[in-house]
Amino acid sequence: MPTEVKESRNVKTGTQAVKRGLPQMLKGGVIMDVVTAEQAKIAEAAGAVAVMALERVPADIRATGGVARMSDPALVASIVEAVSIPVMAKCRIGHFVEAQILETLGVDCIDESEVLTPADEEYHVDKSKFTIPFVCGARNLGEALRRIGEGAAMMRTKGEAGTGDVVEAVRHARAILGAIKKLTIMPDEELMTYAKEIGAPFELVKKVKEEGKLPVVNFAAGGIATPADAALLMQMGVDGVFVGSGIFKSGNPQKRAEAIVKATTYFNNPEILAEVSKNLGEPMVGLTVKSLAPNETLAQRGW
Amino acid sequence: MPDCLETQSLLIGVLALQGAFIEHRHAVERLGARSMEIRFKEQLELIDGLIIPGGESTCIDKLSREIANELYSEITRLGASGKLPIYGTCMGTIFLAKEIEGSNQSRLNLMDITVRRNAYGPQKSSFEADLDISALNMGEGEGNNSFPGIFLRAPSILSAKENVQVLCQFDGLAVMARQDNLLVTTFHPEITDDLRIHKYFIDQVCRNSKQSPMASITTFPYEVSLSKS
Repeated sequence: MPTEVKESRNVKTGTQAVKRGLPQMLKGGVIMDVVTAEQAKIAEAAGAVAVMALERVPADIRATGGVARMSDPALVASIVEAVSIPVMAKCRIGHFVEAQILETLGVDCIDESEVLTPADEEYHVDKSKFTIPFVCGARNLGEALRRIGEGAAMMRTKGEAGTGDVVEAVRHARAILGAIKKLTIMPDEELMTYAKEIGAPFELVKKVKEEGKLPVVNFAAGGIATPADAALLMQMGVDGVFVGSGIFKSGNPQKRAEAIVKATTYFNNPEILAEVSKNLGEPMVGLTVKSLAPNETLAQRGW
Repeated sequence: MPDCLETQSLLIGVLALQGAFIEHRHAVERLGARSMEIRFKEQLELIDGLIIPGGESTCIDKLSREIANELYSEITRLGASGKLPIYGTCMGTIFLAKEIEGSNQSRLNLMDITVRRNAYGPQKSSFEADLDISALNMGEGEGNNSFPGIFLRAPSILSAKENVQVLCQFDGLAVMARQDNLLVTTFHPEITDDLRIHKYFIDQVCRNSKQSPMASITTFPYEVSLSKS
């Protein structure tokens, strides 16, 4: 039974600090895609800091085609019930009603995700209206700051989900982290034009210059399949990793999940990385991003 | 600034297996002390105090049973000896507790409290509230006892033995408590701009280092160990 808060006069929920704070506690951790309550339990036991509840992992969404939507609320609810770690779930870009439904179900964070088929090809959800935090994908600094301007409390690289090819996650992480570094030495008089060029809110551009980092946590996602992939992104400077299809599409999900968790903690220690990478069984088959036709990439969804 | 004159010589370790450890390092360094991330048992020899940050307790449970097993045993040993001041936030509270309601997850087993994990419900029930903490004003004359408490899927302290000093209550439950060298808050001062709780801890570390020097940083090449992390 949850402890009921009685001093309600003094209590504020859904503030910016509360929404941005939850992802801060997930840093240095691994968030895993799961499609059943059993998988969620395996992920939790392996040391995941959160699970992403889905009906199909991105590799299957890619294979099956058709319109990909929010998962069945019964499935999401069963996963919320099964684990004590935070549960995230995806809504379609711009589909604020799916987001309202997910908030009601008691998920801890919503991913407004390009992996699902967009519901709106011009506008994203106004995330500031919700009590729970949102995570959104980005390929570059401008896109990240637009999402944060809309109220996202956590960012992730888009990568190219469902491929097992880490190249796009690397590209997006470099683009975002590199742009932040350049911004820190940019003369103040150039900021407005830079904000215009990258299509980002000016105040956020200024803040990133001052602080040398995004105002929210930034994870890597999209194509991470091995402990070394996770450590690569961590060494590049992301705060944590999402692993989608890479775990439950591999030969030995539990062992691989545990190994990726350890690799994310000890990302800077090649001896430990070598040890945890041994005998993990078959990785997910994978699909090189270069072999995809332009209309098959998910990362170009979002505006 | 902390009362302690030797603040600059203090080295505070922050357990860096998972969670918001960088925020704690920033808080400690803004107060003039030095900080380092702790991932290996050997690093514990170097530090004057340890902070266990917020994070996911099931993840730390997994790591502490396997890869970080020795590190955890050593924290328990040093914590129980009274030599190492330890401050736990949120998940750190769970790990320091002797009793975790309905759970057999691993713990440091140091503090005589019983905690309930994720006591307030899912994230939509996470909240901010002004807390009244008189301990923060000791020796500073007119004071403001109000502290911004941020509770994120927070645990609650259901009960404590009489050797535990409750420093703040909210809604009838202890949210900040101390027992000898151990300090816990179920909320997150490290993600606010208010440094008073970190200062309170550093003062405690300072007093402790005078009584029983844990380590003299002049004799340990701590940079060498840092490169391991």
